[in-house]
Parts: sequence; C-alpha cells; structure tokens
Amino acid sequence: MELHELKIHELNDLLKKKEVSAVDVTKAYLKRINEVEPKVDALICKTEDFALKKAEEADKMIKDGNINDLTGIPVIIKDNMCTENIRTTCASKMLEDFVPPYNATVVENLNSLGAVMVGKANLDEFAMGSSTENSAFKTTKNPWDLERVPGGSSGGSAASVAADECAFSLGSDTGGSIRQPASLCGVVGMKPTYGLVSRYGLVAFASSLDQIGPITKDVTDCAIVLNAIAGHDPKDSTSVDKMRKKDYKEFLKEDIKGMKIGYAKEFFRQGLDEGVKRSIEASLKIFEELGAEIREVSLKYIDYALAAYYIVSSAEASSNLARYDGIRYGYAAEKYEDLIDMYMVSRSEGFGKEVKRRIMLGTYALSSGYYDAYYNKALKVRTLIKQDYEKAFQNVDVIVGPTSPTVAFKIGERVEDPLAMYLADVYTVPVNIAGLPGLSMPCGLSDGLPVGLQIVGKHFDEGTILNAAYAFEKALSFTAKPSFKGGAR
Amino acid sequence: MNYEAVIGLEVHAELLTKTKIFCNCTTEFGGEPNTHVCPVCLGLPGTLPVLNKKVVEYAVKAGLALNCEISKFSKMDRKNYFYPDLPKAYQISQYDLPLCKNGYVEIETSDGVKKKIGLTRIHIEEDAGKLMHENVDGSLVDYNRTGVPLIEIVSEPDMRTPEEAYLYLTKLKSVLEYSEVSDCKMQEGSLRVDTNVSVRPVGSKEFGTKIELKNLNSFKAVQKALEYEIKRQIKLLENGETIVQETRRWNEQKGITEAMRSKEEAHDYRYFPDPDLVPIIVSDEWKEEIRKSLPEMPEHKKERFVAQYGIPEYDASVITASKPLADFFEKCVLEYSSAKTVSNWIMGEMMRLLKETGKEVEEVLIKPHQMASLLNLIDNGTITGSIAKTVFEEMFATGKNPEEIVDEKGLKQLSNEDELRKIALKVIEDNPKSVEDYKNGKDKAIGFLVGQIMKATKGKANPQLANKILLEELSK
Repeated sequence: MELHELKIHELNDLLKKKEVSAVDVTKAYLKRINEVEPKVDALICKTEDFALKKAEEADKMIKDGNINDLTGIPVIIKDNMCTENIRTTCASKMLEDFVPPYNATVVENLNSLGAVMVGKANLDEFAMGSSTENSAFKTTKNPWDLERVPGGSSGGSAASVAADECAFSLGSDTGGSIRQPASLCGVVGMKPTYGLVSRYGLVAFASSLDQIGPITKDVTDCAIVLNAIAGHDPKDSTSVDKMRKKDYKEFLKEDIKGMKIGYAKEFFRQGLDEGVKRSIEASLKIFEELGAEIREVSLKYIDYALAAYYIVSSAEASSNLARYDGIRYGYAAEKYEDLIDMYMVSRSEGFGKEVKRRIMLGTYALSSGYYDAYYNKALKVRTLIKQDYEKAFQNVDVIVGPTSPTVAFKIGERVEDPLAMYLADVYTVPVNIAGLPGLSMPCGLSDGLPVGLQIVGKHFDEGTILNAAYAFEKALSFTAKPSFKGGAR
Repeated sequence: MNYEAVIGLEVHAELLTKTKIFCNCTTEFGGEPNTHVCPVCLGLPGTLPVLNKKVVEYAVKAGLALNCEISKFSKMDRKNYFYPDLPKAYQISQYDLPLCKNGYVEIETSDGVKKKIGLTRIHIEEDAGKLMHENVDGSLVDYNRTGVPLIEIVSEPDMRTPEEAYLYLTKLKSVLEYSEVSDCKMQEGSLRVDTNVSVRPVGSKEFGTKIELKNLNSFKAVQKALEYEIKRQIKLLENGETIVQETRRWNEQKGITEAMRSKEEAHDYRYFPDPDLVPIIVSDEWKEEIRKSLPEMPEHKKERFVAQYGIPEYDASVITASKPLADFFEKCVLEYSSAKTVSNWIMGEMMRLLKETGKEVEEVLIKPHQMASLLNLIDNGTITGSIAKTVFEEMFATGKNPEEIVDEKGLKQLSNEDELRKIALKVIEDNPKSVEDYKNGKDKAIGFLVGQIMKATKGKANPQLANKILLEELSK
C-alpha cells in the first residue's frame, strides 16, 4: 500500500516504529497532490515549503520521543481558517490577498501536536454553498466522478481526503458543509456540538451555527482528530468549559447491543433518492443485526428548518461580512466617487453572486418592520426544532438517516436554481439549528457513487455517535475507492 | 402663549478599565496612531470578542451610584452601520436588555428646589476609532480608541430648562468621578453629550417634535445650545411654522444650531443579538460585592465634611461637587488645621482661577503642602493676605513653592516701624481731606488712609501695624 492511502492511525504506527520519517510521509503526499490535483482541483494553495519545514520539526519531536497521534501527519485546512503568514482567501476575490497575522485556534492545536499542513482547501465562497461552484477561483471535482460536484461548502476538504491528498482535513459546517461533502465523497465527516471546538480564527459565516470539524478516512481517525481540536478556548466566549471534553478514542468499541437508534420518518419522504433510501434502510438493518434497537421518532417542525436556517444564517452573515469594505484590507475598488460609492463598488466587485444574495436576504430579514416577521420567527422555529430533538432523544441514543437526499450531482446542474441547491442540506441543517453533533459516513454506493449515513447525537455526546459509527464501520467494511473517472482533463 | 422645553440627555462616558472591552489592548489616551490595536479590535476576519469582566463591574458600579436597578440578565447586540472608523461595520452595544435601568440623579436648582431627573438606562458598548482629515489628501483613521469601553447614560425627558440640563450634567460627572469609573475629561473625549429638546405649550401633556443636538464640547455649550434652540423652536411655533424632526449641530463660533440631517436620512441599525457573545449574568452576590466597593458618594462626603471639619454646609456642597476638589481640600486640611481658611481659599481664589483658565482640578500644579505653607506664611506674618493672593496666582501658574516666590519677588510683609511711619506721614500729608474727615469723627476715613499705605507699599505693609502708626500720628 502506498503511504498516501494510509489512515492516520496506520501512519502513526509506521512513524512510531521509525519505519518512515515525517519528511518521507510529507513528500509522498506532496507527490500525490501533484498527481491528482490537476484532476480534482481540491486546493486553493499547496504549502510545500511550510510542510517540509513542519515535517522536519515533527521528525525532531519523534526523535525526542514526543510523538503523539498527529505528529508528522499531513493535513489540509479549509481556506476559511486563518493561518499565520499564509494566505486565507475564503475562496473570495474579496480576500484573495489576505494574509492573517495569526492562526486559528484549531491550527494552533494541530501545529503544537506536530501535524503537517500541506495545503489549503477550496470551498464555496465564504462557505456559502453545497458544491464549491461558488468558489471565486475554481470548482472542485468529485474524485468518484470528475463531472460531478464534491458537495460543499467543504468540498475541497472532503475531495482532498477522498483523493488521498492528505491523511485528514478540517472543514467547517454551518448547515451541513462538512457532512454533505463527506457524504458525496465517501469519507467520514463530523460536525461536533456547537461550542465543542473553538471558532477563533474561522472566518465567520453564521456565528451561531458555524462549527469546525474533522474529515477523515475512517471513524478511528475522526476520534483522533476530534481529540486534537475539541476543548475550551479563552478566545471564544461560545466555546464550552473543559469538563465537556472527553477522550473520544475510548468510544471506539464494536459493541452497540441495546443502543437505541432512532430514525425520523420525516426523512424518508418525497425528494429522497431511491438509491440513497435503499442504502439507508440497509444500514438500519445492519444496526439491528448488531443488537441495536431501532425506534421511529418524529421531528414535527423539520419542514421549517431550511427556511429558518436561511433567515438566521443570512442575517448573521449580512453583519459578519459587513467588515469587508475595502478600507483596511481585502479587495478595494479602484475607481469611486465618494465613501458610499467606494463601499458599493468594492463590495459589488469583491463578492460573488451567492454571497451577495445572502447578504441581501439577511439585511432584509433584520430590517426594521421585518425583524419580527422573519428573524424573530426564525428564532422561534429554532426553539421548536431544538425541542423536537430533545423530545426524540428522551427515547433514543442517536438518530440516523441520510446525510443528503441524493448522491453527487453534476457540475452546473443546480447553479441556476438556488432553491434546488439549498435542498442538498435539508437533512443536515436541522442539526446545526439545534446545535447538535452529527457525523456522516459512507454506507454504500448508488450508481457507483457513495451514499452518506448521518448519525446525530445528543449535545456533547459525540462519544455515542462514534461508538455507533465504529461498530457500523466494522460491520459494513466499505472498501470502495474513487476512480477519478470522467472529466475533461 | 407660554412654552416650556422638554430636555433629555444622552451621555457617553469612557470607562477607566486598563484594557479594552473585548481584547487586551490598552485603553490609554493618545499614543501614536494605530499602536493600541490587535486583530480583535481591528475586527480582522475570524477574530472573536471576549467581554472584559471589569467593564461589567465598572458599569454596575456606575449604575449603583446612579440609583439604578441592575439587570440580572442582559446581553450584547450588534448595531450595524458602515463607517470607516468602525472596523467590523457594527458596534457591539446593548439594545433591548441594558445592564442598568430606572435610576435617577438629584439636582438642586439655583432657587433651592430639589428635583429628581430619571435615568432610563445605562448600557455598555465599544467606542469607535477616530477619523483625521487634517494635512492629508483624503482621510486617515486611528483605531487606538476602537474598543475602548463606554457606558451610555440615557436620561428621561425630565429637564425643563437649560440650567437643569447643566446641573444634571455637573452632578452626573461628579458621581461618575466619585465612583471612579470614568475620568470624564471632555477635552479628551472621555465624556460626550448629545441632547434632545422639544418645546410645548405650558400645561400640555404631549411632547413636541424633538431635535437632537450634537457637537456639544462643554457643559456650558450644552446650556448655550439649548438656550438658542429653545428660542428658535418657540419662534417657529409662534410664526405658525412646524418643527421638522432632525439632528442639528451646535456652532460654537456663531452661537447657533445648524441642520445636520433629517429623520429620513436616519439609519436602520438592524440590531440583533451578537452571536459571538454569551449573556451577561450579574448575580446578587456579585452586585453586593460591587456595591461594597463603591467609594463615598458626594452627599455622604458633604455631610462628613460638615461634621468632621466644621465647615459650613454651603462650602461642603461646593467643594464636594467635584471629587478632585474634595480630595485636594482633604489633603490640605491634613497639613493645615483651619479647615474654613482652606475652604475659603479653594472656593475663592482657586475656583476663580480654574474658571478663568478653563483648567481641570487635576491639572492644578499647586500641591496641598504648598497650599498649607502659603497659609502658614500669612499666619506668621511673613506676607499679608493680599500679597498671598498674588503668590497664589504665581503658584497656580508655575507650581513653585510659596517661599521661593516671596523671596524672588521680595514680597515679605513690611513690619519695620520706622519705614512704615515715614510712609504714613507722607500719606497724611498727601490726603488732608481724609485727615480732616477723620478728625471730624468720620472713622471710615482711617480705612482709606490704610489703603493708601498698602498702595504705596504694593500691599506689603503689615495692616495692623500700619493702622496703629496712623492712629498714633493722627492723635498727635
């Protein structure tokens, strides 16, 4: 097996035994990136020099006997997380030349453990989208079929893991942006409970929903990365206290006998692709065979989740993105009449279509006279959905269902139809609305494309999710790999 | 028809915390432009605010000192608007759940009437940066002030005259200084005032159309602007015209208010709760802890001054109106035993010079021990009381020791009998009319003659001795 095909825990074994060095591993991945990147376009930038320097440092750590789970492991970071002295663009013309003077807390965490960043991943501009087609720079291709989207917004992160350009990546998830691309690319992606992972240095889209999480090749790696990034950060007031963090590797057990697994009947109605439905139903059978108890639950208000989500997230985005005014950093208009004109020209030219659509939507929803009808009502729906889940979780330990209603769709297919695009997140959005943890993992193929199974847990109960996911992974042994078929290049 | 004014004030005061409201940058005034900044107060992408606990503590302190209810639960909201001095394009403030509400300030008008002015609310927020337009092509922005903590104190529309507004501001400043939450320096912008004013026929219960006044750089400016504005509004109404709701700017040079922007141009700030921050919870225990830490307030200090130092109530109220002045008084009294003499000097000479020079008490160069030395020089006969006033002026201007000034300028009291007698004889010779008046029983004439001796000696003559010599010579 090639080095780039290995999982974190497998690479870690080799590094521990000193069979390979971190520099060897890094070079293997850099080579792999050069090979597949022309087909996949997962990266906004490759950080070769930085990576080799970090790999040398990792080797020193290993030599000094300070190896941990992530020392010398190549990682790709979504390009909306700040990296000190390394361009952080958010896939926007607005921040094309923005070089942050600080690291995001998660980046600091990975650095201190000796992980090696080999590149920064493409995304939908400011994480707004479900296909990476909203990136100002490039559209990432799905390694399973290069004519299809990888999902989004963390499409570059998910595709880079699927294409073995790194051992794992970090994504961010506001309405499904980790889980949906993980689903479409056949990898494992987790959105932790809101507050478990620091948001400091994650360029904000919707602050009350954004959460950083791991994208990995298996469930074990997911637990390893979660261990590295979870925990309190004094720089983020919404991050939770230390007591909430656990050792997630301890939950990697095959035994789920007696676990109560719920499925929401509302997730199996029209709009759900037949092939996806079949895979999910087969997955429920597997859980049953593993000794879990399957129970039906109801999420009554789920139909309002998408509407509430687009109001709340757009409202917050309209405010979060207001700082990009062309005055201090970022894209600035060259020709303008006066101050107002400078703002207007800079923002009209610097932002893409979808970002502008959401800024307008959010500004409208917060405007005086409309606030109660939209924003306040959306907050009420949010409360109702939270209550829906609380009620459901009185009877079950986790809720499983499809991550996405369809497998990867064709590039260009939904570009002109924002509502169809928004539907890609119909199963993931309610989880963000309720602030719950959710994981997507491959559970089969439909028409040769991966189907994602979503497992949602109680607040801060990532452990039970990982337990269920680990047992399922062992029982299913999904071994299919992407074929890189199709595509013009 | 008789009209009355309805006045409400909004005061912004910078809090004296060492660091900014959401980051660890210093709040120090001045500094090279853009040196007291970091990624957080510059609002760089991905950064997050973390509320400085001291800001809440100071604001609660102000709230308690101003008789407010303290909210157990409050939150931060975003006020959205674009301006180059606002790096996030929103100000983090408080909208519908302020930290403190329903307080009051008690004032006493010149005719001795006591009146409570209600405080609607006090909330915390971050300050913006400063635009500089001088000597540059275009504008420059200094973000040092960005994120300095502010409290906004909103009064009820309870004031009816510009004088009441002036008294309210004076009292408010005094309480804020006393509670040590703000230094209230208007010239450094740490205290800023906006005012709303409307007029209505006396007896009417409804409010007239309100006008907001800006660019008020001193309490006197507030009073003058209000006086002008009230007259302007009454005149409009008397001419049968209507008042349009707008914001007007006080032009200090011209002494008039000028239209700035109308209501139609007003912003929609699209307030909503800041999702980056968690609610502020003030427990009863914490509130009581803060209450205990409150220093002595003006009323209590006034009562104590009367009891402890035996000065008249009037003196005590004048001196305690300003905390720095009260502190100066107490330090002087530690060094000089006659409190009434000290209060006479503070209320007379010192306050006169403060008013003339426009200086703040903190800027006064005279040290309390120097003040005591000066008073001792009078007591031991080294200088006369009138010379002491000259010395005091010099001390006020330079901060020099009184002994030094007396020596340098040769201001010692003239107590040499022979010298004084010569001068007395000359005065008697030059003023035959007064001498005759005196001899005809007009005792007052002696005062005039002593005055002539003082004049001749430029105030240095020992007045008792001069008096004695004159009487001796005139009875010869």
